[in-house]
Amino acid sequence: MKPLRALLTAAFVLAAAAAGAVQPDEVTKDPALEARARALSAELRCMVCQNQSIDDSDAPLARDIRLLIRERIAEGETNRAVRAYLVSRYGDFILLKPPFKPETLLLWLCAPLTLMLGALAIVLARRRAPKTTPALTDEEQKRLAEIAGDDAKR
Amino acid sequence: MTVEIGHFALILALTLALVQTVVPFVGARRGDPALMGVGAAAAMAQFVFVAVAFAALARAHLTSDFSVVNVAENSHSALPAIYKFSGVWGNHEGSMLLWVLILSAFGALAAAFGRGLPARLGADALAAQGLIGAAFLAFILFTSNPFERLWPAPFEGGDLNPVLQDPGLAIHPPLLYLGYVGFSIVFSFAAAALIEGRVDAAWARFARPFALVAWCFLTLGVAMGSYWAYYTLGWGGFWFWDPVENASLMPWLAGTAFIHSAAVTEKRDALKVWTIFLAIVAFSFSLIGAFLVRSGVLTSVHAFASDPRRGVFILAILAFFIAGSLALFAWRAPPLKQGGLFAPISREGALALNNLLLTSACATVLFGTLYPLALEQISGEKITVGAPFFNATAGLLMLAACFFTPFGFSLAWKRGDLLGVAQRLAAAIAGGFVVLVALIAVFRGGPVLAPIAAGLAAFVMLGALSEVVARVWRRGVSFAAARARGLPLSFWGGAAAHFGVGVTLLGLAGVGFGAETIATMKVGEAQKVGPYTVVLETVGARNGPNYRDAVAAMTIRSGGEFVAAIEPARRQFSARETTTTQAGIATLDFGQVYVSIGDPAADGAVPARLYWKPLATLIWLGACVMALGGLLSLADRRLRFGAPARAKAPAAAAGAGARPQ
Repeated sequence: MKPLRALLTAAFVLAAAAAGAVQPDEVTKDPALEARARALSAELRCMVCQNQSIDDSDAPLARDIRLLIRERIAEGETNRAVRAYLVSRYGDFILLKPPFKPETLLLWLCAPLTLMLGALAIVLARRRAPKTTPALTDEEQKRLAEIAGDDAKR
Repeated sequence: MTVEIGHFALILALTLALVQTVVPFVGARRGDPALMGVGAAAAMAQFVFVAVAFAALARAHLTSDFSVVNVAENSHSALPAIYKFSGVWGNHEGSMLLWVLILSAFGALAAAFGRGLPARLGADALAAQGLIGAAFLAFILFTSNPFERLWPAPFEGGDLNPVLQDPGLAIHPPLLYLGYVGFSIVFSFAAAALIEGRVDAAWARFARPFALVAWCFLTLGVAMGSYWAYYTLGWGGFWFWDPVENASLMPWLAGTAFIHSAAVTEKRDALKVWTIFLAIVAFSFSLIGAFLVRSGVLTSVHAFASDPRRGVFILAILAFFIAGSLALFAWRAPPLKQGGLFAPISREGALALNNLLLTSACATVLFGTLYPLALEQISGEKITVGAPFFNATAGLLMLAACFFTPFGFSLAWKRGDLLGVAQRLAAAIAGGFVVLVALIAVFRGGPVLAPIAAGLAAFVMLGALSEVVARVWRRGVSFAAARARGLPLSFWGGAAAHFGVGVTLLGLAGVGFGAETIATMKVGEAQKVGPYTVVLETVGARNGPNYRDAVAAMTIRSGGEFVAAIEPARRQFSARETTTTQAGIATLDFGQVYVSIGDPAADGAVPARLYWKPLATLIWLGACVMALGGLLSLADRRLRFGAPARAKAPAAAAGAGARPQ
């Protein structure tokens, strides 16, 4: 089903044909700050794209946010502060990893819950199942005797 | 004219699908062999007519018949022939036709190979398959007709989307659809078994080959899609947890779980109800995937609402088959007799654990994919569920499944000996630890997760190998060759598939040790990336059949020595005025140097991103090894249809040759 994905991708390539993800002119001089900026960009969504981080995106908006992040980090802001600022401007939508809050409770608990419920179901199913193999019926005994010959009767 | 023939053939196929649904089903209820026999003939005829329809559309595309809307919108006279052909399914209508073609092909296959089946089971399965076919044929005819005409016909077509003008389009969708749709047969078998009220080892033996075929294709299809995205999208990512990718991953997870649980049903007559449930779930996920991708609901809820005809139709198909099969399951499954007792520590127990982890991962992917849609509908709040979420949840569950793989593969049926297995796996465990510690020591302060994944990968691969060694070496070297021949192919298949899991995992781990350089390069300039140096030699232009490339010729050197040449490019398509990125990729051992460029500036400077991706090819090679494992299992004589009946002659001919266990 990749064609559609490619189609969607094509839609924004069209909008920003001249750009490309992180551009050489964006890169900060300080490698430590740059690494932080890259890590942060990977957690943020490009809001005009289909499910892409701004780190991967070609869109002009993504570039703007990448530059904004570098500016703020260079001014000495923490990752948390930069993230909080972006959320205040764009909402939770910009976070690729949704925050843990009442609305997303079910989402975050899905994996542990299914795991636990599944385990519980297995335990219950085992308990309900008979402990031993049911004894053979007379008919089955007879067939077994036929198959095994004299050995089975001993 | 051929276009109209195609249209009529499709209508006939729908009629035949309805016949295939009703007649064998009635026949099975009345016990009438003549009526039941109609199913096989109808299934084969349906396939023939769908094939005629597909050929008609393919001809229209190949001859650039722009009086057909579908061709006018999605093709161009200057396209190379291969893209004219693959363009048949590079659009909504055509891809649905491909879907139905494969669906009817599987139906015909089941009809041809299903002669050894119990008559009623076969008739009911074909009836179920016919119903699925009828639903999708109706969908095409009523909402997505690829044969619609256009008058007056334009002189030139709108062109195939440039991103799709790639060999990937020729290979990826057919593979993926073979996988998706292959599970329909398993689904139909499950429905038939529920109607019959009987599930046994024989049923599992009939269903498993189809599941294996579907699984092999799906594995290759997902891997192929990932590689296509990797080389075509230009930033070196290979998996994005995109909803469309998730739509293909979910049936794969459910299908993998099914293959394992069907093995338990076949060998030990246990987990029957669960196996049936998984058969339903695997195809349901294929349907959900079709809905997610084809309805447009993903692009935006509003796009879906503005033209809801297709979306609602697919949703109706989805709801009918999923709700219908689950209702049938709820009604008919409880009386199924459970058999085959086993201790918690046993092959069966391990497979149950495998199923628990895989289905939990599957549920998590489903939840994560649909949650933003649901939340927006309920509270209007927009959130994003992206890669970091899936890696932390579903990714973790899949890693856990990998960890238990060697244990499950080495445990005995019914009652296993965990201590014995641990001893047997001692070398593999030690190997995994050595890799882990060595990597941490060498890359001190480097990535954290990657060494763990690499260690786990080593453990999984060595675990598969040590099980092979344990089986083959049991009686010393002199017997090894004979024992190796004597082991059933399905064992070799399992070993290969599990080894492949380790290979893919190693490739994923390798990503963590990669390097990246972003720079504006002038001609003659060199940039280091990982252990290599990349030199920009020349910048030039080149004309293709329907595009123009701005090419940057680069050489890759190691210690001054020439290693490889690459030509990353920006490709400009004139018909749609679009530009795509053509990455320059050189495969060096199992790693790759990956370079993508931006538009060259007037002074000849090229903005470039250079990546060194150690072991990257293993990600996809591992999937190929997994598929090979599936193929080996499929070739196992015990799984072949009618094999028991025909086995006597070859066995006698082989004389006292090695017999499978």
